Amino acid sequence: MSAATPEVTERERAVRQPADVRRRRRTTPGGVVASVLRYLALVISAVLFLLPFYLIVRNALSLDTDITAPGWTLFPKKIHWENFSELFTDPSVNILQALGNSAIVAVLQTAGMLLLCSMAGYGLARIPFRWATPIFYSILVTLMIPPAVTFVPSFIIVSQLRWVDTYQGIIVPVLFSGFTTFLFRQYFLNFPRSLEEAARVDGLGYLGAYWRVVVPNSGAFFAAIAVITFIANWNAFLWPLVIGQDASKWTVQVALSTFLTAQTINLHELFLAAAVSIAPLVLVFVLLQRYLVQGVAETGIKG
Amino acid sequence: MSAPTLMAPAASTTPPARWARGRIAGVNTAFWLFVGPFIVGLLIFVYLPIVWSVVLSFSRAQNTVTPGDWVGLQNYVDLLRPGPFLDSLITFTIFAAFIVPLTFALSLGLALLLNQVTFLRAFFRSVYFLPTACSYVVASLVWKLSIFNGVRFGLANTVLSWFGVDNIPWLATSDPPWYWMVIVTVRLWLQIGFYMILFLAGLQRISPELYEAAAVDGARNSWQTFRYITFPQLRATSVAVLLLLFINAYQAFDEFFNLLGNSSFARPPLVYLYYTAQGNQDYGHGTAGAVILALLIMIVTLAQGRIFGFGRAE
Repeated sequence: MSAATPEVTERERAVRQPADVRRRRRTTPGGVVASVLRYLALVISAVLFLLPFYLIVRNALSLDTDITAPGWTLFPKKIHWENFSELFTDPSVNILQALGNSAIVAVLQTAGMLLLCSMAGYGLARIPFRWATPIFYSILVTLMIPPAVTFVPSFIIVSQLRWVDTYQGIIVPVLFSGFTTFLFRQYFLNFPRSLEEAARVDGLGYLGAYWRVVVPNSGAFFAAIAVITFIANWNAFLWPLVIGQDASKWTVQVALSTFLTAQTINLHELFLAAAVSIAPLVLVFVLLQRYLVQGVAETGIKG
Repeated sequence: MSAPTLMAPAASTTPPARWARGRIAGVNTAFWLFVGPFIVGLLIFVYLPIVWSVVLSFSRAQNTVTPGDWVGLQNYVDLLRPGPFLDSLITFTIFAAFIVPLTFALSLGLALLLNQVTFLRAFFRSVYFLPTACSYVVASLVWKLSIFNGVRFGLANTVLSWFGVDNIPWLATSDPPWYWMVIVTVRLWLQIGFYMILFLAGLQRISPELYEAAAVDGARNSWQTFRYITFPQLRATSVAVLLLLFINAYQAFDEFFNLLGNSSFARPPLVYLYYTAQGNQDYGHGTAGAVILALLIMIVTLAQGRIFGFGRAE
């Protein structure tokens, strides 16, 4: 009995003001210790997560002799800014062309995928065509096979089109993403129909309603998909490696991989090239993180 | 009076009929305008390659992608005999056994930690999410040349030397298989933040009333709350995360290719196919391998749909 009594009173207190109990629990010595431990774990994790980025920058601005010196140092003895000019003038590296190729490929892939998949998703969600359901199922079936698994079959078609070592060979086959179309369809199914009906009353057809009403009111969703697609395309490796075989069509990932396996260039140049290759993405990341987080939370789950 | 009334329905019925026919034609045109380009591309770049590959997989196709030299099921028999292709499936299995539970536990742990703090929460979330911006190639480069390079100036060996451990040749030996440490940690670093975001989204969907009810019912420590409220409420997220982790591990290529190349001891399926098709120009075995891999992943996807009923909620 005596043991049960405090339990009851505590339960009653919890019923009356649960938030108050929680707040008071946090100020107990145990709560403070737990809080300190939590932040300690968070800070240690943060250091571990940031360390590889720091290593890239540290090695990029050092000399090879500093990187390979026997005593490991956290900070380089001297920051060698001249590594930049060395990298960009080295004729055996041509990092600028690789960056240019990556930009062309990633921008066109992102724009093309947004256009094709959003229109297909809108048509499937909104236009009452007789065969829309079987067509939708024919798209859903492709979701079962991840595109990377069929890179050999895709290469065969691209080689028959004589698109090996061309931009269109790298860009076009990747555009027809059943998954992105599926996401757009789900999104447009939930789009407020009244807005489109107002547009139809004003005499706009499907295309007019889509371009003038639906797209301008879907900025956040388009931005989320665009950021995710751009990052995935900029970082893509297997497909550009298979199709862009000639050095003139290397994306920056293929170029870095070649330098890494061939070990033909200096360590600091390699790390500086890596730093330059992630700089645009870190920028996109920091500026558009809101859309990215939203997009991952919305789309990742449905995968 | 009668003439107008008779005429009026006739005059008013014809235009709607024409409109209706015109509207259906308009609907068909609009549908193909919106969906047609995508469907044409899907047929050419997704369906046609698969059909072509199935046909080619029954041919001997050395240095050619034209079917004709029929060998029946020989390519499939070759691959399914004990050999490099089956080894690659074993490599994938080991890899998945490491990376799936580790990523799941660590990303869930970070999400729970973040969910319990308020101060600097957005900052920490951004930091853990930042590696998502990094490519597998760049991460492999850092891991191979700076952290796990196997010589004294490498970071891992420097740290171990403080504890009196000798230099470990991380990637240069298969016995003991230290390379798994490198392969697994690089992917952990790259993907934990992504799955942490998924778990955070799942956590934020749990109603606070459930926790209040649990407190009323006597759940007093955080383990009980996690065991009886949080984890069951995260079921849909957990199933999705496990499936995504598994499918992504199945497609592992970048880090194996850049860290280990064509090593015989750790070649996952896509790396094996790459060296078979692009390296040896053996498209018969390459396409047969692709068909087997596609069938295996389809079976997994369908089976998990049956087991978990995932996607029914859509």
